[in-house]
Amino acid sequence: MSTPLLGKRILLAKPGLDGHDAGAKVIALALRDAGAEVIYTGLRKSPAYIVRVAVDEDVDAVGLSVLSGSHKELTREVVAGLKAAGAQDIPVFVGGTIPPDDRALLLDAGAGGVFTSDMPLAAVIDELAAKIR
Amino acid sequence: MNAGTPNFTTPSGIEVPVVATSDMLARADLEPPAAYPFTRGIFADGFRGRPWTIRQYSGFGSAEESNQRYKFLLKEGQTGLSVALDLPTQCGYDPDDPMARPEIGKVGVSLFSLSEMETLFEGIDLGSISTSFTINGTAAIIYAMYLAAADKQGIPRAKLTGTIQNDILKEYVARGTWIFPVPPSMRLIADSILYSNQVTPRFNSISIAGAHVRDAGCTAVEEMSYTLANGFAYVDELIRRGGDVAKFARRLSFFFYVHMDLFEEACKFRSGRRVWAKLLRERYGVTDEKALHFRFGVVCGGSSLTSAQPYNNIVRVAIENIAAVLGGAQSIFTCAYDEAFQIPTEFSAEIALRTQQIVQHESGIAATVDPLGGSYYVEWLTDRMEKEILQVMREIDDYGGVIKAIENGWLQGRIARRALERKRATDAGNRVVVGQNRYRREDQTDSYGEVFRLDPEIADKVLEKLAAVKQTRDAAAAANALDRLAEAAARDSENLMPWLVDCCHAYVTVGEMVTRLKSLWGEFQEPVNL
Repeated sequence: MSTPLLGKRILLAKPGLDGHDAGAKVIALALRDAGAEVIYTGLRKSPAYIVRVAVDEDVDAVGLSVLSGSHKELTREVVAGLKAAGAQDIPVFVGGTIPPDDRALLLDAGAGGVFTSDMPLAAVIDELAAKIR
Repeated sequence: MNAGTPNFTTPSGIEVPVVATSDMLARADLEPPAAYPFTRGIFADGFRGRPWTIRQYSGFGSAEESNQRYKFLLKEGQTGLSVALDLPTQCGYDPDDPMARPEIGKVGVSLFSLSEMETLFEGIDLGSISTSFTINGTAAIIYAMYLAAADKQGIPRAKLTGTIQNDILKEYVARGTWIFPVPPSMRLIADSILYSNQVTPRFNSISIAGAHVRDAGCTAVEEMSYTLANGFAYVDELIRRGGDVAKFARRLSFFFYVHMDLFEEACKFRSGRRVWAKLLRERYGVTDEKALHFRFGVVCGGSSLTSAQPYNNIVRVAIENIAAVLGGAQSIFTCAYDEAFQIPTEFSAEIALRTQQIVQHESGIAATVDPLGGSYYVEWLTDRMEKEILQVMREIDDYGGVIKAIENGWLQGRIARRALERKRATDAGNRVVVGQNRYRREDQTDSYGEVFRLDPEIADKVLEKLAAVKQTRDAAAAANALDRLAEAAARDSENLMPWLVDCCHAYVTVGEMVTRLKSLWGEFQEPVNL
């Protein structure tokens, strides 16, 4: 198996109250197989907590998984929090149940990429490898 | 299990014979329907005596919006209500909690206090409708609130019918609306079931659910195994609390997913029905036939639906609907075609409802009991799945039981790895998803028509209502009810239900009750090892 994410530290987080973590866990396992070191927060984390862990752990990217429909608010809060902490260089990726119309809104809000469940894992990994410096 | 190879296996990895023959069967003949161990169903007359309940899951925004949707569904022939609650209500946060703000009214209706329950059922007679609540972490509280709402309508509690999901074990594994550690959560479940047996004898006080672990990635066999294992964990807890298994087992019900492999799904229900009855009889000595009945509801769709060419989901849901009927479901919820990515619109919700009505009234499927019974393939697969289900249950026992497997994250890790296998099989094209990884058109647009838009003012409206309730309620009565709840909670042997009902009557909010109980019991520490 190729390891295009070797040496990268990625924080996978479940912001808000949404408890659907199958996608986050699948991505965590797949990114680990692709060489990344993955930190998974577990459920129900506030944006402030996610920002703090991202900074403390000096990660190369943050992945947010949201299936509750609150992706816009939560993405904005995490992006703003990272900026306020001087960590705006950490890209934020968003995955989950994202209606097609919201994709552009998330990218405008500062997301580095948007992933949905119909995307092959290889495509997710390739995009991350290209976008995480 | 070899989900990755393109041979003829069911999604659970069972190799399918080219043709099934009579010599593959363990027995030449089967018991008739309604005879132990109920392979062919629990009713002698199948759906003739009572058709399955058409129960569409619905709820969004504030109680006013959901009340209107319910009235629409009831007018259009739906036969039971199924209430979707928003995440703050499910996780025990009041709308004004910072964690709650982005989620108010999003995936269900906000029911922060009795005031909202009263509005939700305004103009709907609770004595003549059966209502199902998908509620777990705060199930005892929502059940108490429903009782209080019935009191307010002047409906005798004994007349109430419906279901609370109330299955916390699978929340730790897959759905994630846990609040307290396992022991006090099991206590709340035992409290509500034992209380319900007395006060609302026609109410299903638990619906032990496999749907969510299935959606999280496990196979049909594992879905049934994990769910039955959880079911027996509740049986053990209730017995420990002094419950009579022959009595409370009559009110235990189940809830499953149905995915696309029609025969594996139908056989999953046939074998599950058999395993539950056999183990209840063999391990617990239950002989009462009604107590051995495995009654279950089904949801079609979920992770089997696609955002690619979403109208194809209408066909998927119809096939799943048929599988559930062939498996002998007591109630069915058909997903709307847009359910994979949004709250259904009235338009898509109506198609989902009509799908069931077409299956029920036009297809002839409900005319005879267990029409698949006696098919060589179906009986062979039912036997085989029974064996596989028992094998997985033994693996859980070998680990040390389902509660240990959950507290240590063992079960969660198993499901996550299975989900990864399923995803890889889909990516590789070994699991065909039409319109997504097969027959995908270059210029496919994947549009799905009307977009559901939640009123952006909802959150503010809910917050205003919360403030109004806190302002107008009798503050001393609310504080007093909360104190008495806390005192009762500190005594391990006390059933908390009466105190929760008192709190609801005093308009104590869900968040206030949960916060007080958390201060006594703490919170579940989620294992995040993968």
